[in-house]
Amino acid sequence: MTTLLTVEDLRVTFPTRQGPSEVVRGVSFTLGRERLGIVGESGSGKSQTGRAILGLTPPPGKAMAKVLDFDGIDLRAASPATWRTLRGARMSMVMQDPKFSLNPVMTIGRQLMEALKFGATQPRSEAKARAIAMLEAVQIRDPERVFRAYPHELSGGMGQRAMIAMMLVTEPDLLIADEPTSALDVTVQVEVLRILDRLVAERGMGLIFISHDLRLVSSFCDRVLVMYAGRVVEELKASELKQAQHPYTRGLMNCLPQIEGGQRPLPVLERDAAWAR
Amino acid sequence: MTALSRREWLLSDQPKSRRQARLGQVYRTWLAFRSNWLAMVGLAIVLILILVAVLADVIAPFDPVIGGDLRTERFLPPLSEGHLFGTDDLARDIFSRIVHGSRLTLMVVVLVAVIATPIGLLVGTTSGYFGGWTDTVLMRVTDIFLAFPRLILALAFVAALGPGIENAIIAIAITSWPPYARLARAETLTIRDSDYISAARLQGASSARILWYHITPLCLSSVIIRVTLDMAGIILTAAGLGFLGLGAQPPQPEWGAMIASGRRFLIDQWWVATVPGIAIFIVSLGFNLLGDGLRDVLDPKARK
Amino acid sequence: MGEVMLSVESLGVTFTRGGDTVRAVRGVSFDVARGESFGIVGESGSGKSTVLRAICGLAPTSAGRIALGGQTLATPRPATFYRQVQMVFQDPYASLHPRHTVDKVLSEPLAIHGFSDREARIEQALADVGLGPSFRFRYPHQLSGGQRQRVAVARALILEPQILLLDEPTSALDASIQAEVLNLLDRLRAERGLTYLMVSHDLAVVAHMCERLIVMQHGLAVEELTRAALAAHRAETDYTRALLAASAGYTPATA
Ligand SMILES: Nc1ncnc2c1ncn2[C@@H]1O[C@H](COP(=O)(O)OP(=O)(O)OP(=O)(O)O)[C@@H](O)[C@H]1O
Ligand SMILES: Nc1ncnc2c1ncn2[C@@H]1O[C@H](COP(=O)(O)OP(=O)(O)OP(=O)(O)O)[C@@H](O)[C@H]1O
Ligand SMILES: [Mg+2]
Ligand SMILES: [Mg+2]
Repeated sequence: MTTLLTVEDLRVTFPTRQGPSEVVRGVSFTLGRERLGIVGESGSGKSQTGRAILGLTPPPGKAMAKVLDFDGIDLRAASPATWRTLRGARMSMVMQDPKFSLNPVMTIGRQLMEALKFGATQPRSEAKARAIAMLEAVQIRDPERVFRAYPHELSGGMGQRAMIAMMLVTEPDLLIADEPTSALDVTVQVEVLRILDRLVAERGMGLIFISHDLRLVSSFCDRVLVMYAGRVVEELKASELKQAQHPYTRGLMNCLPQIEGGQRPLPVLERDAAWAR
Repeated sequence: MTALSRREWLLSDQPKSRRQARLGQVYRTWLAFRSNWLAMVGLAIVLILILVAVLADVIAPFDPVIGGDLRTERFLPPLSEGHLFGTDDLARDIFSRIVHGSRLTLMVVVLVAVIATPIGLLVGTTSGYFGGWTDTVLMRVTDIFLAFPRLILALAFVAALGPGIENAIIAIAITSWPPYARLARAETLTIRDSDYISAARLQGASSARILWYHITPLCLSSVIIRVTLDMAGIILTAAGLGFLGLGAQPPQPEWGAMIASGRRFLIDQWWVATVPGIAIFIVSLGFNLLGDGLRDVLDPKARK
Repeated sequence: MGEVMLSVESLGVTFTRGGDTVRAVRGVSFDVARGESFGIVGESGSGKSTVLRAICGLAPTSAGRIALGGQTLATPRPATFYRQVQMVFQDPYASLHPRHTVDKVLSEPLAIHGFSDREARIEQALADVGLGPSFRFRYPHQLSGGQRQRVAVARALILEPQILLLDEPTSALDASIQAEVLNLLDRLRAERGLTYLMVSHDLAVVAHMCERLIVMQHGLAVEELTRAALAAHRAETDYTRALLAASAGYTPATA
């Protein structure tokens, strides 16, 4: 399998008054044209890892790595001009907070068309047709209306799907999806995942799928990285997640409620200081 | 309490009282502000302006209005004995006039800020929050005010109300609120549909309460930044009106009027017009630097 | 079923803007008994949040009747309504005012309704949701997602309502924190005899929390189920069956 992205010893630090705090501490992995899942609890550094790959670490944070290579391009030394040709067109990211990431005073349609501008130039009517087709593809029932709607007029899940549509219109080679389906019901979720799956299988897109939903990741991804306190504590084949060794991974699995009924109260994760070392 | 522990108290992540939380927030903003030396220069200029205005009677060696001996003391050049900046055509000490003029400048700045900011905030947040009819009417009114160039509208007002510094201030205040209303409305539009506003409504908060406690604080910082940055323009407008003879009236030591009366002697007695020009320049620069610094610490969008 | 606390009868909600008309809810009916926990699941965009917002008077009701304790609710809602019904929003990152400390968030409803013993109530509310007094004067940006959602629950509970409307209270939280928040909600209901109306897209969460539920699709309630029926995968409609199947995880398209 061809390697699309190589990350070695990625570190992200934020300066604080108590000294620099490292929120991603030496993450290494390679990504081919496959589906890689990153799971872990809130604050474990999943989003910061994704952002660092795209060079979007929020200032004053700093990202460093021994190797950060995308399709032969060294991202560490990339100039702003290189980034412009990469971001949006070749690599994009679905951000975690759809309501935060969508502009509240611009219609969805205008924002989609804006995203299309990063891709090839084309007539307006064609761009609109593509935007609407993309909204349809993410299972939005009434794409014409949603095209004209403002973000607050959409349900939580529709906003999230609009975000996904926006990132997919340009057909990137690498997509980092940060909790892309957390507000979707399971049937729509499956459809959205199918789109991603198809892009991986047919167009050879590389996908990094960040999620806290273990059940979903284990059934959707090929490989899974489990993160805890900024570090990868376990790397597994997704299908073997149930046989995970690390107590943290096992704890995360146990917290999930079951349709068939289960323990009450739900077991909560007991953290061990040793995991963070 | 030692200095170190007071600092820790302020920066605590777990404040123990309302006061500590608020002071901590202010202190953090101050720390961020302090690290920007240009902003500190701006702040220093503004503080000096305030100090000079307050202590004008003590600082100024001569009376600003009554001149000295017209035969011997006219047009003394700068640095002549007793007259740091020289004297003007009526043998008045320019330094004393500048010092007293700072009061007028400060009065313009403060009154315009006190009049225009609340009007702008009120109109903007109300129109953004209620939308619909209210919005249409208020924004058309704003547009009308916005469509006139400020100096010309101020001229018209002064022409109608009669020249004088008070009327100039009113004219400037009335013409400077529309941009603030625009800004406040734009901010309000981005927050009025958010969940925390719905949550406030759900607790039974009245519209007035939501506007005042929930929306205004979020619009305030961007409006304050804008007002500070506008101050330079406002000072220049006031000086412009003074220059045109429609603002402060002689013999008031207003800086714009001083330039106007000094321009006749610009070639031979350059200092009469130049010194107040420099004063206007420095104070405008101070407000601009201060505004830029405030934007860096207060505006979360600019920080990103 | 015991005494009916909240009843919704053929509720319709229509939004209009410009030329667009959205019939977000098209005739939904259900009754929630006192002390019961009732769930709404369904397709994204099917109008689940809108039902909750309509009950609170935040969305325009175009048809039907909403009654609380047998009395039809007036629009706009009277002040006493907010003492009885409160809501927890979907996104903990969007539901707290960025410039208000936890203390301010909690004292605001008390000030609006003119309570006198505010100090004690705020401390109690924080203790109820398992946040210590050290959290009281923090700003939202100093809190994690789970802690924010706890503050939102505390805000909803501080007026001592009888009904809590929960809009996907855990969808933005990770598994370990979801477990904490669900346990918290469970405990509070047991202690105070609260009535819950809970929206979720996660069938497992609804099965864990609710005794009965309805399934919504395109603004309609397509099916009503009990917890036992859900656990046994006994569903009547195709859509519910599809939901149950999809809940098991992702399956690649067979076609
Ligand atoms: N701008 C920032 N300044 C300082 N620290 C930050 C900043 N952004 C994130 N962090 C810290 O970085 C750590 C990792 O954050 P990150 O957003 O990657 O978590 P996550 O794994 O995506 O969690 P979640 O599931 O909640 O999204 C957290 O502890 C967070 O507090
Ligand atoms: N203020 C509004 N103006 C116009 N349309 C709206 C408004 N609010 C909601 N809608 C529409 O109503 C429909 C139902 O939205 P609602 O938020 O109730 O969905 P939901 O079932 O909660 O979905 P999700 O699970 O994705 O949150 C959507 O089609 C949405 O676009
Ligand atoms: Mg994240
Ligand atoms: Mg919803």
